Order: sequence, then C-alpha cells, then structure tokens
Amino acid sequence: MSVAQDDKLILGTQVFGSRLLMGTGKFSDSETMVQAIEASGSELVTVALRRFNRDRQEDDLFGPLSELKDVTLMPNTSGARTAQEAIRAAVLAREISDSPFVKVEIHPNPHHLMPDPIETYEACVELVRQDFVVMPYMPADPVLAKRLEEVGCASVMPLGSAIGSGGGIGTAEMLRLIIRDSRIPVIVDAGLRSPSEAAAAIEMGCSAVLVNSAIAAADDPVGMAGAFAQAVSAGEAGRKSGIMPRSDQAVATSPLTAFLDGSEPRN
Amino acid sequence: MTIQVNGEAFLFESGSTLVALLEAYGVTGDRIAVTVNEEVVPRLRREEKTIQDGDQVEILTFAGGG
Repeated sequence: MSVAQDDKLILGTQVFGSRLLMGTGKFSDSETMVQAIEASGSELVTVALRRFNRDRQEDDLFGPLSELKDVTLMPNTSGARTAQEAIRAAVLAREISDSPFVKVEIHPNPHHLMPDPIETYEACVELVRQDFVVMPYMPADPVLAKRLEEVGCASVMPLGSAIGSGGGIGTAEMLRLIIRDSRIPVIVDAGLRSPSEAAAAIEMGCSAVLVNSAIAAADDPVGMAGAFAQAVSAGEAGRKSGIMPRSDQAVATSPLTAFLDGSEPRN
Repeated sequence: MTIQVNGEAFLFESGSTLVALLEAYGVTGDRIAVTVNEEVVPRLRREEKTIQDGDQVEILTFAGGG
C-alpha cells in the first residue's frame, strides 16, 4: 500500500489533514499571504531565516503566522551552501519557531538552485541526530531518497522542476521510482505551476505537494490557494478510488451492436 | 563601546546584558534568534549574557520563503 492511500499525512509524530504544504515567499503583503494560507487549508508552512531589520519590523512573519492556529511552521535552510551552514540555520530557526520541523534546502548555485545531494545528506544525518523532523528538498533521485529514508528523515521532497520555474512535473519517471520504494511520505517540492499538476502528483502516489510561487505569483493568490486545495483533494479522491488501468487500444464504452441494419457486430 | 549588530556598528554600554541590547536596538518580542560571536544564545540565557566591546551580534527573524 502506498503512503498516499493512508487517510492522513504523518510527519514525525504529527498528523496532518491537508496534503498541501505552502511556502510564504514572494507574496505582495503578509495579509494576502495569511488569507492564501487560510484558503489553502495548509497546516504546514515554510518560512525562511533572515537578519532582523528594525526599520521594517512589519516584515517579520512570525507575528501574522502565529495567528493561524492550525499551522505548524517549517523553517527552511535557504541560503545555506554547506551542511554546516544548514545545520546552523536549523538550530537558529528552532530558537524562533519552537518547531522541530526543518526543510533542509542546500543549493549552492543561484542559477539553477539545484539541491546539493552530498551536503543535503550530511545535514540530514546530523539534524536527525539533533531530533529535528527532517524534510529534505532533494533531486528526484531514487537512490538518494532511500539513503535519506534510512538515516531517519521524516519525508523526502524531490523537485518537480527548478524552484520558481513553473516547469511542472518534469521528473515523473524518477518520482514513480521513489514512490514505489519509499516507506516515508514523498512530497513534490518545487516547480508546480497549476492545480492540475498538484492533482497529478497526488494521483501518482505522492503524499503531499509543497507550493509557493504558483500561489504567490498568481493574479489572485487567495483564489489560487483554494484551487490548489481542491486539486489536491481531487487527486487524493481519485487515487483512493482506484484509477483504471491504461490500455494501448480502444475499449468501447457503448455496445457495438449494429442494430440499424440488423447484423451482428464485427470484432 | 562599539559592537557590531547585524554587520553594522552600534554604540552600546559595556557590560550590559543581551536583553538590554535587544531593547536598545528596538527588538520587540522574543521571537528572534540571536548569536553573539557566532554562538547561539538561547532565549532563557539572554538575561545573563553580557555584551563586551567588539562583540559581533546577529539578530535573526522569519521572512517569507518557500
């Protein structure tokens, strides 16, 4: 049985009703962000760490996010280029959030933002040791996914396509291999552009999706957040209902009896 | 004395606590992370931590991110 067929998403010891995780970047203002999170029904939301700016205290997201009662924060380690930097970011973020969740995100190249698999692995080993609920953003690589599972990660979060690119699920073949062997939730993180792609990811067997740019950069972020929520629900209902097998030839849905001329149907 | 706060020079009274520095710097609330000379100072230890001349202080908070 795949993870997606369980009723709830379980990460660490926490149970989540929603399979839509949301990022908080790129929103025009925090009010829109809060409304979009509410519309998404998301219960696990990423934030980034940065220097306090006393001239712009309104940029601090902890205040507005703490008003959302059913939302758990998952700080990311964005900006880290090495395992050591990511571990440090995780420890600092936990000081603020009191949340054990961490999204390990180590991408040294600003051009493509592809995750560094070696640094990511090393950071995960140490963060698991420090009792974090470790959620690595990773390349869609089934071997690495298994290694990250074995060291105690709570999930793996392979990319669909490059961060912020809206490239959709370009890694479907690898995602299927990861899902088939994984005993921890597989969450597509990065690249999703439209609600139908989120539905497709869940239908495929992913346990959840993490969406940021597709919602934040929409004309109507709140409307788009709701659309993604419906898509994820539809994908889950579709998956649970048992998707019909593929056939390489037509299979008639209507009787082929040629009643108009009275003869028997030809096969 | 002069210390560094988030990479910029800041004039502050020697021997004062980190809590006093945060107040002087205009930090409201305790939902921040602080390092002094790269060492993380947990929330419960900010009262007892004293700031010395030349200390490098970083104050961090949450911003939007995916």
